[in-house]
Amino acid sequence: MPSLNAAEMERIAAGHPEIFNRSVWRRFQVPLIVAALVLYVFYAWWFFAAGKVFGEANWGIAGNYLADWVSYEIRPDIEINPDGSMRITYSRFDPIGPNPNPDWLEAKREIVSRTIEAPTTAPSTTAPSAPSSSFNFMAGASQQQAAPAEAARTDVRAEEVVTEALVHMGASRTAEIRPNEVVLTRNDERVTLTLDTTAERVTAQGNLPEWVEQRSPGGRVIAYFGLSGWAEISSDRVRVHKRFLGWANFVFDTNSAFFGKSAGEVASLVLSSEHLDPRQSNLSLAWNDFLYNPSWQHLDVWTKLLQTVVMAFVGTLFAMLVAFPLSFIAARNIFRNRPANQLTKRFFDFLRSVDMLIWALFFTRAFGPGPLAGISAIFFTDTGSLGKLYSEALENIDDKQREGVKSVGAHPVTVQRYGVVPQVMPIFASQALYFWESNTRSATVIGAVGAGGIGLKLWEAMRTNSDWENVAYMVILILIVVFLFDAASNALRQRLMGTKAH
Amino acid sequence: MTSTTLQPFLSETGALVERHWQELAARRRLYTVFSLAILILALSGSLWFANETNSGKFLDRLPHLFDFVGDLVPRDGMEIWRAMFDLPSPYYDGSLQYDYPDGRHYITGSFYIPEYFYKMAETLNIAIFSTVIGLFFGFILSFIAAKNMTRNIWIRGMARRFMEILRAFPEVVLAGFFLAILSLGPLPAVIAVSIHTIGALGKLFFEVIENADMKPDEGLKAVGGNWIERAWFGMVPQVLPNFMSYFLLRLEINVRASTVIGAVGGGGIGEQLRLSISRGHEAKTLAIIILLLLTVIAVDQFSAWLRRKLVGDHAFQTIG
Repeated sequence: MPSLNAAEMERIAAGHPEIFNRSVWRRFQVPLIVAALVLYVFYAWWFFAAGKVFGEANWGIAGNYLADWVSYEIRPDIEINPDGSMRITYSRFDPIGPNPNPDWLEAKREIVSRTIEAPTTAPSTTAPSAPSSSFNFMAGASQQQAAPAEAARTDVRAEEVVTEALVHMGASRTAEIRPNEVVLTRNDERVTLTLDTTAERVTAQGNLPEWVEQRSPGGRVIAYFGLSGWAEISSDRVRVHKRFLGWANFVFDTNSAFFGKSAGEVASLVLSSEHLDPRQSNLSLAWNDFLYNPSWQHLDVWTKLLQTVVMAFVGTLFAMLVAFPLSFIAARNIFRNRPANQLTKRFFDFLRSVDMLIWALFFTRAFGPGPLAGISAIFFTDTGSLGKLYSEALENIDDKQREGVKSVGAHPVTVQRYGVVPQVMPIFASQALYFWESNTRSATVIGAVGAGGIGLKLWEAMRTNSDWENVAYMVILILIVVFLFDAASNALRQRLMGTKAH
Repeated sequence: MTSTTLQPFLSETGALVERHWQELAARRRLYTVFSLAILILALSGSLWFANETNSGKFLDRLPHLFDFVGDLVPRDGMEIWRAMFDLPSPYYDGSLQYDYPDGRHYITGSFYIPEYFYKMAETLNIAIFSTVIGLFFGFILSFIAAKNMTRNIWIRGMARRFMEILRAFPEVVLAGFFLAILSLGPLPAVIAVSIHTIGALGKLFFEVIENADMKPDEGLKAVGGNWIERAWFGMVPQVLPNFMSYFLLRLEINVRASTVIGAVGGGGIGEQLRLSISRGHEAKTLAIIILLLLTVIAVDQFSAWLRRKLVGDHAFQTIG
C-alpha cells in the first residue's frame, strides 16, 4: 500500500488550503444554522406570546369539542320548584325528538295537592311587575305590593308532578335528585349535596372527590361522570349533559315520520303501499326526509362537495389548456423572440404571485359566492404555475427529434406537433394531474372565504362551536374524495409515464 | 382487403402486418375519441353544475367582472402610500376608512411600525415558525419512515400513516379547531400550518433518505455505530442540502398558506385583507395587495436563489 511521507502531505495541504483550512463559516455551517433556528424559535415564542396564549387556552372545551366529533349530548334540565315539585325540560332541538321519555331518566310521579298561583285574571297586572318593583325599592314596598298580592288568587288542586328524578349516567353512575338534596354516585363513591333554595346555596356533606368540583362555597357544583357526561347542580336546577356515542339523527330528523324507527320498520314502511303522505310514495318521502334532514343537510353537503371537486377539475383543465399554447411562446428554444418569451414568462409570474386567495376574493366579488369564483381563482393561479413548469419542460427537450422533422421539410406547426409534443406530453399531463390532486385540497381552503365548495360550510359549522359532528362528517367526506383522487391521479400518471412516478 | 388493394406491392405477410397495424391504429383512434368524449361530457356537465349552483350566473355577472377593480380605485393615488405607512390622510372625516394612524405600532416614543408591515411580519413569522416546527418533527419522523433506516415494517408503516393523516387533514379544519380553543390570533394558524408541514416535509424527506447512498451507513455499521450515529453521521451530511432545499420550498408555500389561514380568522395580513375588502377600504386593500405581492415575490426569489446555491438546478415537486 503506497503511503505519503510528511513532506508530501504538507505539500498537498499547502496546495489545497480550501480543504484543510476552511473558513469558520464552512466548518461550523450546520451548528450555526441549527443555533440560529433555535434562537428563532425562542424569538417566535415571545413574538406570539405563546406561553400566555397556551396558558389562557380553554383546554377543557377542547376535550368537549373532540368528544363532539363522535358523540352527541342530550341535555335534560331539571328545575326544582320551591314546593318540591320538579319540571323536566329538554332543549328545543334535542336529538331525541319533541316528546322524549328516555329510559335513563326515571322520574317518580306523585299526585300532590299544590298551591298554585292562579293565572292572573288580568295579564296587565303581571306585565308591569318588573318596573314597579324597581320603583318599590325607592318608595317603600308594603303599600305598593299590597294591591297585586290581593288581586292574585291562589288555587289548591291535586296534580301529578315529578317529585324525584333518577338519572343513570352509565354503569354504576347515577344522580338522584330530590327536592332538597342531590346524591351523586360514581362507582363506589357517593356525594350528597344539600340544596337550599331560599338561601340559594349548595352544600356538600363530607369531602368532595376529585370528579366533583365546587369553585366557590355554596355555589354551583359540577360533577363529571367521565365519558358519559356531566351535571351542573345549582340550588334550584340540575342541568344534566349526558353523552352518547355516535351521530344522532344521521338518517332521519325528529320531524320525519321515520324518526326513531329501526331499519326493518323503515324498510317495511317504505315497501308498504299505504302512503304516509298522500302526495308521494313512502320511498320518495323517506328519500326526501333523508336529503333535507335539517341537522345534517346531506343534499347541501354533497352539492358543496361536488362543487369543490368540480372547481378543482375545471380550474385545472382550463389552466392546462391555456398554459399549453402559451408555454410554447414562453420557451426560448421554440419561439425565438426574446420580448415575447419574457412577456409571457412575466405574465405567468404575475398570475402565480398574486395569491389564489386574492384571486378568490376578487372573483367572489365578480361572480358572487359560488363555484364560478373558485374555478376562476384556480384557473388563474394554475395557469401561472403550469405555464412556468411547461415552458421549463419545453426548454429541456431533446432537439434532435425536431431537427429530424424539420429536415424532411415540415411546416413549423408540424415540427412542434411531431417533434416536441410527444416528448413533453407525459410530463405535461403528469404535472396537470399533480395540480388537480392538490387543488382538491386547496379548494377547501379558498371555499372558506366564499369561493364555493365545502369550505364555507365547514367553516360555518366550526364557527357555531356546537356542530363538531357535522365537521367530522364533512372532513370524512373530504378525506375520502382526496384519497380517491390521489389514487385516480396516480393510476393515470402511471399509465401516461409508463413507469411509477413516485 | 383495402390494404392489399392500396399497396399491391406488399407480399402476403407484409399485408398482414399492414392490416394489423391499421387495426391497432383504428382502435387507438377509437380510444382517443372515446376519452375525449368523456372529458367533454364531464367538462360541460361540470360547467353547467357550477353555473347552476353559483349565486350569480356566469353570463349575467360577466359585465360586472371588473366592478371590484373599479371599486378599488382610490380617490387619490397617494392614499395607497398613506395607508401603507400609516400617514395621516387629508380626507380623514371621522370614518375608519381614512384613519390610517389608527393602527400604528409604537416601539419607542414617536417611532412606529406601520400596521401592515407589522401584520406582514406576523404572517411571515407564522410561516417561518411553522416551517421550522415542521422541519424539526419532519426530520425525526422521516428517519423513522425511511425503509433503509428502519427495518421494522410496523414502526415504519405507523410513521408513514401518521404523516399521511397530518398531510391530508384540511388546514382550515385544524385552524378552526384551534381557533375555538385558543381564541383569535396567530397561534392557531401556526399550529394548523405546522401540522400540515410536518406531514408534507416528512414525506419529501424520507424519499430523499431512501435515495441516499448507503455506503457511509455500512461503514458506520462496521465500526459499531448505533442508530442515531448512523443517521447523524452517515445520512445527514448527504441529505442536508436536499432537506434545506425542501425546507425553503415549503417556506414559500407556507407564506401563502398563512395568508389564507389569516383570511379565515388566523391573524396576520390575511385577516386585514379580508376586513378591508369587506369594509370597502379601497386604499387599504390596494396597499395590502401591493405589500403581499412584493413579499411573495421576494420570498420566492430569495428561496429560489438559495435553493439553486444549495443543490443546483433541480426540479422539485410541490406537495400541496
